[in-house]
Amino acid sequence: MSNFGNYEDRIKNFSWLISEQELGYQPGQPINIGWYCSDRVCQQGKGDKTALIWEGFGGEKKVYSYNDLRLYSNAFARFLTDSGIKAGDRVCLFMDRIPELYIGFVGILKTGAIAQPLFSAFGEDSLFVRLENAQTTAIFTQKKHVSKVRKIKDKLPHLKHIFIVDYDGKNPLQDREKAFSMEGLGGVEDYDVYPTYAESPSVLHYTSGTTGMPKGVQHVHYSLISQYLTAKWVLDLRDDDIYWCTADPGWVTGTSYGIIAPFALGVTQCVLDSGFSAEAWYRFIEKNKVTVWYSAPTAIRSLMKAGDEIIKKFDLSSLRHLASVGEPLNPEAVNWSIRVFNKPFHDTYWQTETGCILITNFPGMPVKPGSMGRAFPGITATVLNPNNHEPYPQPGRIGLIGIKPGWPSMMRGYWKNEEAYKNKFRNGWYLTGDRARLDGDGYFWFVGRDDDIINTGGHLVSPFEVESALLEHLAVAESAVVSKPDPINMEVVKAFVTLKPGHTPSKDMELDIMNFIRKKLSPLAMPQEIEFVDTLPKTRSGKIMRRILHAKEWGEEAGDTSTLENE
Amino acid sequence: MDELKEVIKNYVSNEYLEPDSDPIDYETPLISGGIVDSFSMVSLKRFLENKYHIQIPDDKATPEAFDSVNKIAELVKEFVKA
Repeated sequence: MSNFGNYEDRIKNFSWLISEQELGYQPGQPINIGWYCSDRVCQQGKGDKTALIWEGFGGEKKVYSYNDLRLYSNAFARFLTDSGIKAGDRVCLFMDRIPELYIGFVGILKTGAIAQPLFSAFGEDSLFVRLENAQTTAIFTQKKHVSKVRKIKDKLPHLKHIFIVDYDGKNPLQDREKAFSMEGLGGVEDYDVYPTYAESPSVLHYTSGTTGMPKGVQHVHYSLISQYLTAKWVLDLRDDDIYWCTADPGWVTGTSYGIIAPFALGVTQCVLDSGFSAEAWYRFIEKNKVTVWYSAPTAIRSLMKAGDEIIKKFDLSSLRHLASVGEPLNPEAVNWSIRVFNKPFHDTYWQTETGCILITNFPGMPVKPGSMGRAFPGITATVLNPNNHEPYPQPGRIGLIGIKPGWPSMMRGYWKNEEAYKNKFRNGWYLTGDRARLDGDGYFWFVGRDDDIINTGGHLVSPFEVESALLEHLAVAESAVVSKPDPINMEVVKAFVTLKPGHTPSKDMELDIMNFIRKKLSPLAMPQEIEFVDTLPKTRSGKIMRRILHAKEWGEEAGDTSTLENE
Repeated sequence: MDELKEVIKNYVSNEYLEPDSDPIDYETPLISGGIVDSFSMVSLKRFLENKYHIQIPDDKATPEAFDSVNKIAELVKEFVKA
């Protein structure tokens, strides 16, 4: 029997009070995620229980109990408070998946500051726009990443502190830099957790925008209410589980379900901080006896590609429940997991803005391979007619996924961008930007994005951001960026480029531009293919028609081309 | 062969390592060690194809085959010969 039980019963009797009561939260009283993730678990008598099993490349291993998590997160909080960080300040975590990332996140929240995790593979430009927009006060990073911060810090007057968590003294510290050793300082027994309330800001995650620069998605401490319950009911987390969330905390899955929910539930979770290899992943599951595994379609397809034979080398019988997030899970992947693991991956659908899982194939219920599943209790989800933003009265029609606002972890705004926030709502519905259809059983079926955003390997990339960066390359005159199909990553970035006079298309030029974007933005944003063209399709008013290029890549009809410049 | 390995090592060091990173050798795990991610592997593959005028099929360009300078050199050698 799953934690979730019967769908109809849950729908009939649902209230978010269930979560509030389990967490012992009284409306109007303080609620601090950092405290719930560590101090409260210890107060429940689980201080000696393992909170985090961390494994780095080459088998290096560290284990932290909930009491360690409490003491070390207190150390982070004390250090920040002593450094002058105040509630509401933005504190960035720019690190690989090392223990300091997980524990530091909890520590930042304890101070009342806002945690701003950023993907450590970001290049200097991606890092800069996010730190500048958030007016970030402090950043925790590693010596391997500090050079990227050094390149941009002079343009960031608000950035007062650069804390290096693994400083070894080999090179001198520079202006604003300070060493911080979590374990070197030892734990801090007592720290007065800042009394944040339900609507106090907690986490700032950046997400790609269609037409502008990345937007900071602002969450609050009350988000815990839905993150806790969805983890319990959808991921089916139980007290004796060993849980592995493969997502990086630079993205929302890695914080909502890679830090907040499992720690608030007092579950043991493990983290593997190394690059992908099928053998290493299976070995990790076997060694740690992972029971609940939350991963992504790209990773699952990569495992499929590695073949079935390798699986036979490992004992994976500990696996009890599998779930997936980030992009639509194709039916082949679900059927493969049934064949090789004897259990299906359960798709979960949600977004940075939603903070928690909204639609899913629930544990203990039949999985419809290829479907997104059904709405979580307390979530009113529907398919809207794109013309009037009214729900379709009958299932079967393709439209926009709309969610009725009001669940606890819904974003409270885009950082300093009220207009973009307002644009996410129509006719009383939050617009996800995704298209789907509903079937007669209430299951959602993903169709595609409703905008130009590229979902590559579960990460959203803005064509606008890549095009802007391309124009900084000395040879590029114009560019248009679209997605193209990819068997592993679902879609990848492709750029169409015209060159300035004096520059000639070549394979070396293509590679040079690819690496230029990889370093400036990130490997995810790097075009995997560049097609050099003489001209780009434009409207008569000069606007580049990405739609036509996208259709070409996907073998689709280009649609209305009446406004095309040369038609 | 050593020259090939040096070319690969230098390219990886220059393109994928941050300035304060530890240096790599021929056996340093590149993919599983997190130095080159699966997206960046595409640019490394493109470099090898351009430099040695070869085509490495996608089914041969696996994380395992790209996991060290030694392994990449073996792979390149296979196609340069062919």
